[in-house]
Amino acid sequence: MSLLEVNALRVRLRGPDGPVEAVRGVSFSLDRGQTMGLVGESGCGKSMTALALLGLLPEGGLLHGSVRFEGRELTQLSDRELCRLRGNRIAMVFQEPMTALNPLHSIGRQIAEPLCLHRGLSSEAARGVAGELLHRVGMPDARARLDAYPHQLSGGQRQRALIAMALACEPDLLIADEPTTALDVTIQAQILELIVDLVHERGMALILISHDLGVIAETVERVAVMYAGRIVEMGPVATVFGRLAHPYSRGLFAAIPRIGGGRSGGGRGRLAAIPGRVPDLAALPTGCAFADRCGHAQPVCRLAEPPPLAVGPEHWAACGRLDAVLASDG
Amino acid sequence: MSVFLARRLATLLATLLFTSLVVFLVLEVLPGDPAEVILGTEATAETLAALRAKLGLDRPAAERYVTWVAALATGDFGLSHAYSQRIWPLIAERMAVTLPLAVMAMVLTTVLALLLGVYAAAHHNKPADAAIMAVSQLGISIPSFWFAILLILLFAVELGWFSAGGFPGWSKGFWPALQALVLPAAALALVQAAILARITRSAVLETMREDYVRTARAKGLGRDRVLWRHVLRNALVPVVTIMGLQFGNLLTGTIVIEQVFTLPGLGRLVFQAISNRDLALIENVTVLFAFIVVSINFLVDLLYAAIDPRLKARDV
Ligand SMILES: Nc1ncnc2c1ncn2[C@@H]1O[C@H](COP(=O)(O)OP(=O)(O)O)[C@@H](O)[C@H]1O
Ligand SMILES: [Mg+2]
Repeated sequence: MSLLEVNALRVRLRGPDGPVEAVRGVSFSLDRGQTMGLVGESGCGKSMTALALLGLLPEGGLLHGSVRFEGRELTQLSDRELCRLRGNRIAMVFQEPMTALNPLHSIGRQIAEPLCLHRGLSSEAARGVAGELLHRVGMPDARARLDAYPHQLSGGQRQRALIAMALACEPDLLIADEPTTALDVTIQAQILELIVDLVHERGMALILISHDLGVIAETVERVAVMYAGRIVEMGPVATVFGRLAHPYSRGLFAAIPRIGGGRSGGGRGRLAAIPGRVPDLAALPTGCAFADRCGHAQPVCRLAEPPPLAVGPEHWAACGRLDAVLASDG
Repeated sequence: MSVFLARRLATLLATLLFTSLVVFLVLEVLPGDPAEVILGTEATAETLAALRAKLGLDRPAAERYVTWVAALATGDFGLSHAYSQRIWPLIAERMAVTLPLAVMAMVLTTVLALLLGVYAAAHHNKPADAAIMAVSQLGISIPSFWFAILLILLFAVELGWFSAGGFPGWSKGFWPALQALVLPAAALALVQAAILARITRSAVLETMREDYVRTARAKGLGRDRVLWRHVLRNALVPVVTIMGLQFGNLLTGTIVIEQVFTLPGLGRLVFQAISNRDLALIENVTVLFAFIVVSINFLVDLLYAAIDPRLKARDV
């Protein structure tokens, strides 16, 4: 049995001008200790996929489909039951370390909170563990930092504190939603390395969300490329990068700034290599959502959503023109 | 003492000095002749001259102002013309009614507003929220003296639980005196509570959208725990700000409410002083009101520092 099985997950949000289909039928599974990356331009539904797994969609958000964690159907659980899993078996690290910590509580208190909640630790015992965790995530002068407030820490230090918080109860699954996007380039590599080390050390499964294919390539075993609320290509990292199949994945890859060009500015999802704009999720056209930006598009692409087609072992892409695209490589 | 406190204290003193200057200019310098203000335009030349001599109005205005402020600083409030007695005992006696009234009204306001505001926010977009918002809208639009009359009709006339007015004095025992203040405090509090409940609700709703609230939920905290542990204290800063302003409103609100309930408080003293054109009394009570209001604001500043560690850090 897989640790996590997501099937036909759909998320509908209440947008300012009517419903927004943020996630449109996402399926994947993840084994214990396995790592996977979710990559795609900003706004393609990565965060909403992650929040849907935890049952933490924004107010008014509707969820369809199935999320099974250790065989339990999470979408059927009450909030109280989900609370026992959140921060305990499934933990999440968010994108914005500057705002993800409560400004009025000390770091130590915030890291100790899940320990008191899920492990029933006394506040002194939890504080002790929090100190060890802070030390493990590489916080300088960890014990003294327990009493620091978020505003007294740098962005990188805050993200370390948030990672320590997520690790507190030794979860089986860690979801990291763009954990380095808001950080300085020099800090980004350190934080990624820390996450990878911790995942291996503790045998956690990892879902790493990023808009940066380069980050994914260096960090995880499997990759899923998302576009407009769907996974358009998925497979083992080596296989997928060896033979990118979907025209969107190719565009993303072409947009990675090369060594020497630097990855400054974080990219922020600006893709010079893909013409056009991300489609409006509130009013999607029929057929392939990428057709309007795709050099290979034919009238047939606009008729129906393309089904996933095998590219290689465990590697598939949802492209109606897959043969032509692959043939174009010559 | 910290820089934060010192700066706040300096602001407090400057505000008081400025208030006293404005009060003095408006009441004693701009009208030309304070004696005429006190006695009215029909007074004869002799009575005017006599009063001028008695009040020392023949001295230059600047000298009179400095003498007044210097006396105030030592706690000397001078003499009331109309009552022909020292002002301070007069004020002290009235404060024993007004201050407990205002504090009681403030406590009522706070308790009601926090309960209703937080409850409404926790039930956002549900019928309870809509009902609380509708009732508070009503509360804001209705003046407090109207509430006062309504309360008197219901609780004093119909049910007979409280007296319709008057004050037995604290010497007759704590409870009877407190009881006499319940209805007036409620009348004052309802309007302010309606305002504060709305502020509380929107502050809580705004805070609930913060990233750290999502972090807290992701840790496994239930909605209620997140509300009490993470949202409330963060939402408190705007609430406390408004509370500081409201205390000033409550104080001035006592002028009307003490009339309605015939309470011998500071508000009534002001009312009578104005009818008597008792200049010295008006001036001193006004400065006293200002003193209370700026002191409350000073307290509010201290509260900010207690709520938010970022403010403590900024002053060093
Ligand atoms: N709170 C919200 N209410 C309505 N729509 C939202 C909300 N948050 C995000 N969206 C929309 O949902 C889509 C997916 O967002 P998201 O999952 O955050 O994208 P990503 O994480 O891939 O950048 C976007 O089009 C975004 O505009
Ligand atoms: Mg996102």
